[in-house]
Amino acid sequence: MNSTMTPDEEKIVPQVGQASKAESRWPTSDAQFSTPDPRPSRPPALPALGVRHLSVFFGTNHVLKDVSLDVTARAVTAIIGPSGCGKSTFLRALNRMHELVPEARMTGEIRLFGEDIYAPAIEPVVVRRRVGMVFQKSNPFPTMSIAENVTVGLRLNGVRHRKQLAERTEQSLRMAALWDEVKDRLSAPAISLSGGQQQRLCIARALAVQPEVLLMDEPASALDPLATSKIEDLILELKKNYTIVIVTHNMQQAARMSDYTAFFYLGELVEFDATRKIFTSPAKKQTEDYVTGRFG
Amino acid sequence: MTAPNHRWRQYKNVLMQAVTLACAIVVVAPLVLIFYHLVRQGFSSINWAFFTQLPKPVGEPGGGMANAIVGTFILLGQAALLGVPIGVFGGVYLSEYGTSRLNWWVRFAADILNGVPSITWGIVVYALLVVPMKTFSALAGGVVLGLMMIPLVMRTTEEVLQLVPNGYREAALALGIAKWRTITQIVVRTALKGIITGILLALARVAGETAPLMFTALGNRFWTHQLTEPIAALPLQIFEYAKSPYEDWWRQAWAGALVLLLFVLFLNTGVRFLTRDRFRKQP
Repeated sequence: MNSTMTPDEEKIVPQVGQASKAESRWPTSDAQFSTPDPRPSRPPALPALGVRHLSVFFGTNHVLKDVSLDVTARAVTAIIGPSGCGKSTFLRALNRMHELVPEARMTGEIRLFGEDIYAPAIEPVVVRRRVGMVFQKSNPFPTMSIAENVTVGLRLNGVRHRKQLAERTEQSLRMAALWDEVKDRLSAPAISLSGGQQQRLCIARALAVQPEVLLMDEPASALDPLATSKIEDLILELKKNYTIVIVTHNMQQAARMSDYTAFFYLGELVEFDATRKIFTSPAKKQTEDYVTGRFG
Repeated sequence: MTAPNHRWRQYKNVLMQAVTLACAIVVVAPLVLIFYHLVRQGFSSINWAFFTQLPKPVGEPGGGMANAIVGTFILLGQAALLGVPIGVFGGVYLSEYGTSRLNWWVRFAADILNGVPSITWGIVVYALLVVPMKTFSALAGGVVLGLMMIPLVMRTTEEVLQLVPNGYREAALALGIAKWRTITQIVVRTALKGIITGILLALARVAGETAPLMFTALGNRFWTHQLTEPIAALPLQIFEYAKSPYEDWWRQAWAGALVLLLFVLFLNTGVRFLTRDRFRKQP
């Protein structure tokens, strides 16, 4: 990627072909955490994100307690739970964004396609290029145009090639289902777009750096129903090529869109299973109470 | 239903409204008064010669303040060279990097410095620069104004950077953009208008300083060719002419004051212009 990389870091460059090599170091036969693949035609693959015994502390506040789960590649994993249960913190730990909070610290292990993203030689910046993020509140950069917003991640990481930037702009905007709406005004200010368009622009911006995993923190909770359904369609489309982890407060949304669902409560992972199972026959009473709306 | 003391309340209401209105007028009145006086006394002395000629010796009519006007700009240029980078970088540190403990002390120091009487600045730079160099100089004048600008620029820079929503920082960092690029390309760029506003206001503030220049730039009736020589400045020239016994010089002092006020007004209007549409387009 760039010259600041040490030999150690070079090993983490994602290669699907390297899966078997990484697999030997990171066995998936960890039966305790593995979940049945709802699409039996696919062979069991290395998890996109393997989380083991993750605990996160903010100062003395123990926010996440011993969470272990596997995020399946090219699928949507939904994180649900009442406010303050640690959903967002979990999501942020997946690309080391939680480190922005002073006094944050973590124990345990997170592996991205087998590579430890908390290894001492790994810089958070590199992790975040591979694990992108979309936030609850759309936040396009107000000083930049639509096209500049899409390419900002590339440009500020040293990509200058004009043609490449233009191609990636179109490609990313198409993937975010925004191209047809903005293709004639790419140089208009990004904040001239509507709320739903702004959020899709933020998704395009995250996709432009070609991450392997996309984290979404309640991406539709600030949008009207129509814009929400557009975002949902988009997510279903994106999961063909991307691994998506989405935090949501909306139970129907989780049921509609996700393949797997994790239910968090008070910083603990209560249950993690195929979405159909969580919403029809959960193993824990707590989960059932929550998804049926009896608390939370 | 009417309260028993309804009339008395209405009366109090009218009274208090009148008091606040009077206070508001008192705020505006001095500006009108100053402007009226300066225009009346000084406008007749403003002519082409005022901007292009050196001061004439006593008794000779005419002459101008060209050297003082240029001198003020040279002093402000030097002050900006010193005060803007240190002030902006310091503000960036306070807003984006500093630990809360250290920040408290830096802010405290900056606020104290903002309250230090300007003549004190003059004496300090006199001791630090003028005495060792054995001469009053333009350089010392620029340094003292620059030093005065640092805490002003630093505090305003910090404040406008704090106004940049955290979501922009997070969005940039989540794209894998390095922190220093996030700061320079996203955070500072978003707050650039505010930072420039702070710089212009600081320049306007030090442009009229007189006391610190008396100990440093000293003033000069001729052109200054080197930064190590004393230099003329509008406030100094106004001071010197105003305390002189010559009526001709008094008129020139009025004119100089008018020019200085117009310059400061110009800077402030520039600020208004820059910040004009800040709240118009909210995402």
